[in-house]
Amino acid sequence: MGGGGVSAPARTLPLGRVGESLRRVDGIPKTTGEFAYSSDLQAAGMLWGHTLRSPHAHARIVEIDISDALTVPGVHAVLTHEDVPGAKRYGLEFADQPVLAFGCVRYFGEPVALVAAEHPEQARRAAERIRVEYEPLVPVVDAERAIEHDPIHPEQWTQGHGYRSDPRPNVLRSMVIRHGDPDAEGDVSVTGVYEVGMQDQAFLGPESGLAVPDGEGGVDIYVATQWLHVDRDQVAPCLNLPKEQVRIHLAGVGGAFGGREDLSMQVHGALLALHADRPVKMVYNREESFVGHIHRHPARITAEHRANRDGKLVCVRMHILLDGGAYASSSTAVTSNAASFAAGPYAVANALIESTCVYTNNPPCGAMRGFGAVQTCFAAEAQMDKLAAALGMDAVELRLRNALAPGDVLPTGQRVTGSLPTAEVIRRCAELPVPPPEELPRDPLRLPGGAGNTTRGEGVRRGVGFAVGFKNLCYSEGFDDYCAARVRLFEDGRAEVHCAAAEVGQGVTNVILQVARTELDTDDVVLAPHTTASVDSAGSASASRMTWMAAGAVQAACRAALEERERRGGGEVDVERIYRHPRTTPLDPETGQITGERAHVAFAVAAMRVVAEVDVELGLTRVVWIGTAQDVGRAVNPQAVYGQIEGGTAQGLGLALMEEIQTREGRIANASFTDYLIPTALDMPPVDAVLVEDPEPDAPYGVKGVGEPPTVVSTAAVVSALRAATGGELARVPVKADEIVGL
Amino acid sequence: MKIAVVVNGERREADVWEGESLLFALRERMGLPGSKNACEQGECGSCSVLLDGELVCACLVLAAQADGHEVVTVEGLGRGERLHPVQEAFVEAGAVQCGFCTPGLVVAVADLLERAPSPSDDEIREALSGNLCRCTGYAKIFDAVRLAAERVR
Repeated sequence: MGGGGVSAPARTLPLGRVGESLRRVDGIPKTTGEFAYSSDLQAAGMLWGHTLRSPHAHARIVEIDISDALTVPGVHAVLTHEDVPGAKRYGLEFADQPVLAFGCVRYFGEPVALVAAEHPEQARRAAERIRVEYEPLVPVVDAERAIEHDPIHPEQWTQGHGYRSDPRPNVLRSMVIRHGDPDAEGDVSVTGVYEVGMQDQAFLGPESGLAVPDGEGGVDIYVATQWLHVDRDQVAPCLNLPKEQVRIHLAGVGGAFGGREDLSMQVHGALLALHADRPVKMVYNREESFVGHIHRHPARITAEHRANRDGKLVCVRMHILLDGGAYASSSTAVTSNAASFAAGPYAVANALIESTCVYTNNPPCGAMRGFGAVQTCFAAEAQMDKLAAALGMDAVELRLRNALAPGDVLPTGQRVTGSLPTAEVIRRCAELPVPPPEELPRDPLRLPGGAGNTTRGEGVRRGVGFAVGFKNLCYSEGFDDYCAARVRLFEDGRAEVHCAAAEVGQGVTNVILQVARTELDTDDVVLAPHTTASVDSAGSASASRMTWMAAGAVQAACRAALEERERRGGGEVDVERIYRHPRTTPLDPETGQITGERAHVAFAVAAMRVVAEVDVELGLTRVVWIGTAQDVGRAVNPQAVYGQIEGGTAQGLGLALMEEIQTREGRIANASFTDYLIPTALDMPPVDAVLVEDPEPDAPYGVKGVGEPPTVVSTAAVVSALRAATGGELARVPVKADEIVGL
Repeated sequence: MKIAVVVNGERREADVWEGESLLFALRERMGLPGSKNACEQGECGSCSVLLDGELVCACLVLAAQADGHEVVTVEGLGRGERLHPVQEAFVEAGAVQCGFCTPGLVVAVADLLERAPSPSDDEIREALSGNLCRCTGYAKIFDAVRLAAERVR
């Protein structure tokens, strides 16, 4: 190439099998602008939907008067809770969230009414003319004191589902893991109190979609989501329609990271479309996006680590408090995950881990990449650094001495049976060469704070940090989900794969095609559109499960299709198969111990070394370099795996340094990219990543999910480096300038 | 109001509401949804287009302001079926994940390489600091810029 200035067309793609780096199937349309995201859709006669949201974090609704709004030109529908024909509430796991508020509002930004109009501005203006009379109530905003307030949900939706019974007001879930002798003492003990701020997924593609009435009472919804079928199962009851009349189709997804597990505009768009009998498009703007989806749980964690002089952990005690916000979302699972991985990837015979999530009138929290493990990793790894210092031991050596390995037992009593190369991952990461210190003076762009640093670097200090992250793969505690795939083989040799696995940017589309090409031994494979209409559920693109589950389902369906063709002696075949991972069972509600062989399916671990600089006079930071080694099972598409590691690392760095949803009396104060900062090209250092391939015996091809471990570990690793540079405690993320300066 | 804009070399007319952004007009009235609506307040660069050759956020320009001017969007960068070298480099380098930032980045990088055919790593980082990406951590985007720069030279 080169020379001529314009390169050759690249409209054709190399066709890869499992294990080969393969360009994204959707790469070209995404670079040309042709790829249709959920906000790009249009239909003839389309209206625009808009949501009126609560300006209060907690208030009683006295009256809603829509009469004025109905007179606005161009308006075709104004709807309130009275217009919801079916179930008034929905929810990912517990139906505790109103489709449209009735009786009261429980968080800032809660949907109250809907408008459909011919122009989005008409819809916005009409929404302003809906008169809602509120009687403000005192919001519960302090998670520590939530149990002292009247219950936000007297119905106690989450109680009685096999969880520990906890009658305290506003307890969403509480659990205890009691393992060995929780009072066991060691030679040394270190304690700390840690806090994690509320992080946002901040995907770039705003919540959006198009709902199209089918003329027979049903509706087609084109939307960006992580799990098509669970959306349908929530939407249909609210519309009072049988599931078959609600078809959900995956539109282009502009990132997800957990923030699209819960519904956004799905029911709202469908209600408006069915009411107006016109297609309705809804597109949140950035401010609405920040209030329109759940966030990562803020956490307050008290930890005590006890160890012997030789560095062996004796006992880990941790108390975790999570703020679930106004609705449950996936909080019960986050509570459990935070507890399950609180001790990190270390063997410890004794533990007492208490994890509690409360309802408040803060923004609802739920799934975000790392899902509970991020918060406890931050605390646990700070504790390991503290312990190393107390013992006068190298921090890497301490971790190696305690590294969890197959055959070891977790604090839940579960024995690790699959792959878990903790020591190997730690060693490989620790071996990565650290770049030498950079001289001063230098280009301000390379100083902490970049161009904002007006000094010659007199206050610059450098530190090297280390951390290890640990998390499960797939859903857990008896939630035995599955993934379906359907394969059609045509007489001319073509193959068509149907799988509803959501492509959210992670690259599962390529995984599906690579598996199908490998199994069918042909390159002539296409993937049909992702929809509820032609194939059973794939489960959620979350929990680092989709690669594993989709690979398993597509592999099974391909093999069944080949067998079927063989049996028939040729001709066209069409088979659908369900894949399930090894079964899990719940944790004992009183002891947090396993009730069967396992509560979690499998595990993954990542180690990270970080070089950071701080300016102790200005409070500015610069992450200089990141080296990481990650347990990936087997990389289906190595280029995509590196991409997941780099991107996941950036999100953890963001939480360490800058990302926090700030609330004032429950109201979000920074719902914009001006005020909620995410890492830019100037914030991210080079990331040297090593893939440790130790195949997972229970997974197809030995794969492991790779999306979450880098996010779990990087917040802890970045702050470890900042502590090394400042000598400060830095017990809260995001770390603020004041703490760097030592104020 | 009626506006006429030369978009990707073609004269286009649209009837817009006075408050509409150029981004909205491109996406919703001219059938060019390639420019993306990630923040609509000039912070993320996803809607980057060239307005009379200047890199701008289309969300910060009123459609009415573009009346009588020339706009190049991501849809206008390639030549028919031939990808622009920046587009090709993004695909090859693995710089695309969800892709929502990609069109804006592609336009911004094409503009950068026009001005600075051999940018240093620091120049690349600075030039792209107004384009947010949430998926990639930027590493493969930098790879793509270096790859495209080689090819354009």
